[in-house]
Amino acid sequence: MKARYGMAIDLDRCTGCGACMVACASENNVPRLPKATERTGITPMLVHPVSDGKTGVAFIPMPCMQCEDETPCVKVCPQQAVELDRATGIVMQMPQRCLGCRYCMTACPYHSRYFNWWDPAWPAGMERTLNPGVAVRMRGVVEKCNMCHARLHAAEDKAAEAGKRQIEAADYVPACVESCPTGAIRFGDLNDGASEVAKASRTPEAFRLLARLGTEPKIYYTSKRAWVRALAERHPAGEPSQPAAPVAAGGGEVKHG
Amino acid sequence: MTSAATGVVMADRRLQVRGEARSSTARFALWLAPWVLLLALGIYAGGLCLYYGLNQTNMNNRFAFGLWIFLDLGIIALGAGAFFTGFLVYILGRTELKPVLNSAVVLGFICYSGAMAVLMIDVGQPLRAWFTFWHPNVHSMLTEVTFCITCYLLVLTLEYIPVVLRNRQLRKLPPFVVFEHRMHLLMPVLAGIGTLLSFFHQGSLGGLYGVLRGRPFAFRQGFAIWPSTFFLFILSAVAVGPSFLMLVTAAARKLTGRKLVPSNVFPRLGFISGVLLAAYVALKAVDTLIWLNVTSPAVGFAPWEYYAYKPFGTTLLFAEIVVFGLLPAVLLVQGRWLLPGAALACCGILLNRFVLTVQTLALPTLSFDPFLSYTPSWQEVASFGGVVAYGVILYSLSYRYLPLFPQSKEQTHVSGR
Repeated sequence: MKARYGMAIDLDRCTGCGACMVACASENNVPRLPKATERTGITPMLVHPVSDGKTGVAFIPMPCMQCEDETPCVKVCPQQAVELDRATGIVMQMPQRCLGCRYCMTACPYHSRYFNWWDPAWPAGMERTLNPGVAVRMRGVVEKCNMCHARLHAAEDKAAEAGKRQIEAADYVPACVESCPTGAIRFGDLNDGASEVAKASRTPEAFRLLARLGTEPKIYYTSKRAWVRALAERHPAGEPSQPAAPVAAGGGEVKHG
Repeated sequence: MTSAATGVVMADRRLQVRGEARSSTARFALWLAPWVLLLALGIYAGGLCLYYGLNQTNMNNRFAFGLWIFLDLGIIALGAGAFFTGFLVYILGRTELKPVLNSAVVLGFICYSGAMAVLMIDVGQPLRAWFTFWHPNVHSMLTEVTFCITCYLLVLTLEYIPVVLRNRQLRKLPPFVVFEHRMHLLMPVLAGIGTLLSFFHQGSLGGLYGVLRGRPFAFRQGFAIWPSTFFLFILSAVAVGPSFLMLVTAAARKLTGRKLVPSNVFPRLGFISGVLLAAYVALKAVDTLIWLNVTSPAVGFAPWEYYAYKPFGTTLLFAEIVVFGLLPAVLLVQGRWLLPGAALACCGILLNRFVLTVQTLALPTLSFDPFLSYTPSWQEVASFGGVVAYGVILYSLSYRYLPLFPQSKEQTHVSGR
């Protein structure tokens, strides 16, 4: 049976600590870029702080939304460097084939794709901390969250060694999920109705960002707060003349871990 | 004068078009000098981008496309005069436009080769450009653009070769004369192929943005796999191509003090340009209304918000459709203010490409997104300045040594200049 991996992120539990961002960078060999700004850095997992303009604050962790349908980046890449893996539902990026045209970045409504503006570099000695299971990306190519695909490979290898065709759910957990101290990020197979993530995605508090675009993202968010749920769209259906109430904290600044 | 300088002057004179007065070698060198300097600066800036990477630009993860893409789309639209004039002359038999055909081919070659040069700097891994041919994604508009532009640049090169071979020194070599003659026989075929290729890549350039479901400001419904911007780009390009050709010819006429083309050419180009522009403006207005009232609200975006961020107010939309669309269309069809009309039309097409490339990226998509601005770095500006300089130099050299305006001599005699 094909899997459809996704996440359900409980925004009421997220404290904005940034551990997911650090874990992601560490797991995926994201280089240290001293000259990078918040608009040129590489943050496959990025936590956006938002406010309702009064006292309410929330943090929205944003990996790639892993769009299922009309996947904007897959459709536009001229040389098939991006593909939707139908066996897992994961949108894969192949930096080795990427031309660096950045058309996919233009197409992504979630701004979840990052260009390597600089050569990757680490301070002397830090190369020894790199994850051997993940290739370092070169300058001039685009990268994104691939749900820690190296961990999926490791889980598949483990299953194969044990003579199994299916991986154990516990063997494949992305770094951000593993590192979240409050357990806000739940991960699993959305096709498995009994999975925690599938159940969370069906609750009344669940929503997806910009779902009306029709790209069927597989990252769900949950919140009991109505103003947080209203962040899903710029304008709720039936209210096209009203702006969404919440605003980005600090004019849309992003938090770096 | 040193012997080397004398040699340059003699070579210059020997290469010039026979029987037509050209400025002195010194004066021509003086004209070229600033453009050569600008070209050198552009090559240096482009070299920096290639050597150190695109961190030399002010583009970023949110403004992943910048000045270069805007200008690429702009000059490719302006260069449409090349294929469209060829189509009018060879396919539709409008032979009265033949006097500007060579000039149109050179202009097209300059626009397309310049755009390709900038694109090679603009991509992060230029050495992987061939991957698009090896691993093409047939669903991507950029694949279609890449295929058609590459092929069309080849067609333009083939169309340029006979013009080059008509240089008076090259004509002394019999094989070249035979080859040139054979190439001329191929011209109608090349014009047809060029039209087909241009039709698709001009359209695909519009499609690039029209298919962006994630960018509701640019996203459009359309026919089959083609969004409406596909057709609007084709129509707008063929509308302004003749206008740009007219402007460049007028500039050359002013600079050289020669008449260059018969007096019926400009009104004819202006009329064609004006009629097509009027059709474009009408369709663009309909498209805008459908987009504002149907397409955009359906995906959760309120149209008023697109124009809530300065400087992208509704004034820009009005300017694009009326001031730089309807007004030049009337001027060009009427035929009395041809050059101002042509200039407005060219500005209009640039404004349209600017709006689609820059405003699309500046506008927020997520509810907690900020509005963004972007200012190009000097390397981006200088690289493109280098392309402009390359164009001026190549056009100047072509005018000096090749029969760019075959009827220039007789026209000058007729007008007594």
